[in-house]
Amino acid sequence: MTAVAERASGPFGAPSMRVRFGWAVTDTLTITRRNLLVWLRVPAYLVFTVVQPVIFVLMFRYVFGGAIRVDSAGGYVDFLMPGIVGQTAAFATFATAIALAQELKKGVIDRLRSMPMARSAVLAGRLVADAGRMLVTILVIIAVGYAVGFRFHNGVGPAIAMVALATVFGLAIATISAFTGLAIGDEESVQAFGLIWIFPITFLSSAFVPISSMPGWLQAFANNQPVTYTINAMRGLAEGGPIEASLWKSLVWIAGIFVVFVPLAVRAYRRAS
Amino acid sequence: MSVVNGAFVVDGRPAILVEGLTKSFGEVHALRGIDLSVPRGTVLGVLGPNGAGKTTAVRILTTLLLPDGGRAVVEGYDVVREAAAVRRTIGLAGQSAAIQEELTGRENLEIIGRLYHLRWKQARSRAVELLEQFGLADAANRAAKNYSGGMQRRLDLAASLVGRPRVLFLDEPTTGLDPRSRLGMWDIIRSLVADGTTILLTTQYLDEADELADEIIVIDHGLVIAAGTAEELKGRSGGDVVEFTVPDRSRVGDAAAAVAGLGEPHADPETGVVSVGVGSRGSDALIDTVRALDAAGVATRGLALRRPSLDDVFLTLTGHAAEEEEQPSGRRRGRGRRRAAADASARDGVRAAS
Repeated sequence: MTAVAERASGPFGAPSMRVRFGWAVTDTLTITRRNLLVWLRVPAYLVFTVVQPVIFVLMFRYVFGGAIRVDSAGGYVDFLMPGIVGQTAAFATFATAIALAQELKKGVIDRLRSMPMARSAVLAGRLVADAGRMLVTILVIIAVGYAVGFRFHNGVGPAIAMVALATVFGLAIATISAFTGLAIGDEESVQAFGLIWIFPITFLSSAFVPISSMPGWLQAFANNQPVTYTINAMRGLAEGGPIEASLWKSLVWIAGIFVVFVPLAVRAYRRAS
Repeated sequence: MSVVNGAFVVDGRPAILVEGLTKSFGEVHALRGIDLSVPRGTVLGVLGPNGAGKTTAVRILTTLLLPDGGRAVVEGYDVVREAAAVRRTIGLAGQSAAIQEELTGRENLEIIGRLYHLRWKQARSRAVELLEQFGLADAANRAAKNYSGGMQRRLDLAASLVGRPRVLFLDEPTTGLDPRSRLGMWDIIRSLVADGTTILLTTQYLDEADELADEIIVIDHGLVIAAGTAEELKGRSGGDVVEFTVPDRSRVGDAAAAVAGLGEPHADPETGVVSVGVGSRGSDALIDTVRALDAAGVATRGLALRRPSLDDVFLTLTGHAAEEEEQPSGRRRGRGRRRAAADASARDGVRAAS
């Protein structure tokens, strides 16, 4: 019996570099679209990404806020909002880790890895969708912030820069979460592990209280970690005041996180089993 | 194989060829040198208990896992060096339904179609076509989480076919399905074979391999311990089997002792089922059995002579049944899943011919 199999033609033939780059883009968009569709379909996800941050705003503004002394011109609410925005971006990455762990467990990632799609698209699509999700959440809580007295005092450009910085920072944290999700591969463990690192780095920072109110040993940590640099830079962008020192340190941290965790996440994806 | 103008001429080469495949996870030797060969358009049934190495083999063949040693070729492409080409020719349906439950059946298939780089219109028509083919057309616009287990597995199988694979890997396609869904799945698999798809199917169910596979290999502890057609394997178990049930469980041992002269009896003290391989002596053996049991004064039910099942084959080859639990006492009981610390002495170490 003799059969002729075509090797290099049709939709499944060996593609050129340019075609492959095009596929990487469209595959990423397809995965992004899928993830956003899932997000819109599940009411619980919407609650977690929108309602929970709003509750945080109201709680810190009206419950804890009265007891926290800050020397911000606009009072605590102006101090609080950049902090909440940063914290929200970091917390949003819980979903990144959990979703990847679930896909791994259900065999979705096996299916995708056995297909001739771009290898980068699952992670890239996840991060793009999550960045979009973060942005929506951030805009919602800024709107809520406005309703409870928060104002940008530094003009439109820096305000946009603040939102952008928060999103890029959230994306960096999302690469860490993506790595943990793929490396651990079990949604409950991933969630528990998230509590161990995401909670401390967001709460042991300048997000909710002035660091000067913390004991000395804690200040040493809080003063030198990426969340504090990022939120200080965001405050500067939102309210005016010096930002250069914190901004560049924040950007160096963000770049460092990408450099370390993107390859780790990609490796975990390749080896996922 | 010769290459002519970018196309290659295949001279009856197998769709899947595996030689000396090994894979270890630390101390666990999942595959210890597997050989197999699957001709185009046929079904290979890979049979073995949980942990035998079936899934590891499938994961290597579908480019999800790198082997430690040996070689595996799918449709002429090496799974390590030409993984991208392999991915363009295969489909995979794993043990769980790898679908996005929040999305509808149609959306699931459309997204897979897009990831196979079909245009939206093509992806949609392919999705509709597959939903029809798998009896999911009515459920096309419902979220997959509201599907029954059988429907989810059908959707998963449909997803593995979006790219029109020439070789399809089905890893325990009916595990966890109710009997009716199982039969439906078998019909679908048969229709795929009729269309010329080559299928490698792993299963723990002997009847499934018997029903669907052209050739069967039996894997245990990472080795192929037997290969052949279902009939050939049955022939190796020592021919016909006399089987009966002892209603009085306390007499099962006596019954087994009574028929020990006919062949080696296997007795299950819990179900009271006793079976004896009697070779080709057929009805004479039946009469001898009746006499022996009568002499021993053991009452039985459902005494019958039957052709050997693949269960008998597995028992003969491995010294343990396919799905039974090995008890510390060495006694066997019910239908649990287990990895036997079974005696290697019963293995004959036969390799599958390639």
